[in-house]
Amino acid sequence: MKDTTLVVAGIITLSAGTLAFRLAGPALRQRVAFPPWAEHLLEAAAVVMLTALVAITALTKGHGFAGLARPAGVLAGGVLAWRKAPFLVVVIAAAGTTAVLRLLGLP
Amino acid sequence: MGSIYRTLAGGVRRDIALTCLAVWFIGLSYGAIAVASGFPLWVPAAQSVLVLAGASEFLFIGIVGAGGSPIAAALAGLLVNARHLPYGLALPDVTGQGWRRMLGSHVMNDESVAFALAQDDLPRKRAAYWACGLGVLICWPGGAIMGALAGSFVRDTNAFGLDAMFPAVLLALIVPALRDRVTLRAALAGAVIALAATPFLPAGLPVLLGLAGALALIGGRALA
Repeated sequence: MKDTTLVVAGIITLSAGTLAFRLAGPALRQRVAFPPWAEHLLEAAAVVMLTALVAITALTKGHGFAGLARPAGVLAGGVLAWRKAPFLVVVIAAAGTTAVLRLLGLP
Repeated sequence: MGSIYRTLAGGVRRDIALTCLAVWFIGLSYGAIAVASGFPLWVPAAQSVLVLAGASEFLFIGIVGAGGSPIAAALAGLLVNARHLPYGLALPDVTGQGWRRMLGSHVMNDESVAFALAQDDLPRKRAAYWACGLGVLICWPGGAIMGALAGSFVRDTNAFGLDAMFPAVLLALIVPALRDRVTLRAALAGAVIALAATPFLPAGLPVLLGLAGALALIGGRALA
């Protein structure tokens, strides 16, 4: 491994900065009274970010395409979720579909 | 703790437990990968407790393991974690005051935020947030340390389709919010923009760009 001191400095930087990001939101919410429309907008913003995160983690690996098995599994889970299947079924179906497709040789 | 347990319906408790189990398995592969990349056990152990944000930790290990600077890796990780600021803005007061707010903010992650958003009222949002956050605080380091100890004994967990679990968990939790037409349009716009940007931008930026793009396209007024 690289110089231990530098790695420790990196870990401290990453942890402290991440905690600062995490503290900033609740601190702001406490200090500023948002009108209901703003609260709704902020909640929609979180849903938009989570959807973008789903798309990226389902479809990409690094800067490239993730292959077919994972997106197919997540899609299967998504269809089930849309049809109001229980959470457990959605998650197991997604992992199961991906695992079976990989077993069949799909990337 | 008892009140968290009582406030949550059995179904939600079970869903959170499954999510934490999935996080534990991902932690297992994280610890194993860290050790295989030449890091001693304490690196994934310390990161999993102190950073507690999987994607940025994988990135850190990847960059430093490939010979990059740890400080550059930390900055890249911070970019990935910047989304926690708008997450905190999106939630009503789920963390509480004083030391509770410190711990409550630390356990903010994609899963705990998604579970909170999926509940109807503040007490349930708060309970789901804390239950998932504390569960991840135990399972992520637990998995990472066990994976680091097991090292090469941990097989490729992707073979079991575990990499599909994280997006599926989040998707299952946000689907109810996506039934709103305007939110759905904004979310799809954001996802397309984020995907299009992924090949070109460093990790973390595409999600933020997707949000900015969705707000610009759909308009904050329509979403409010």
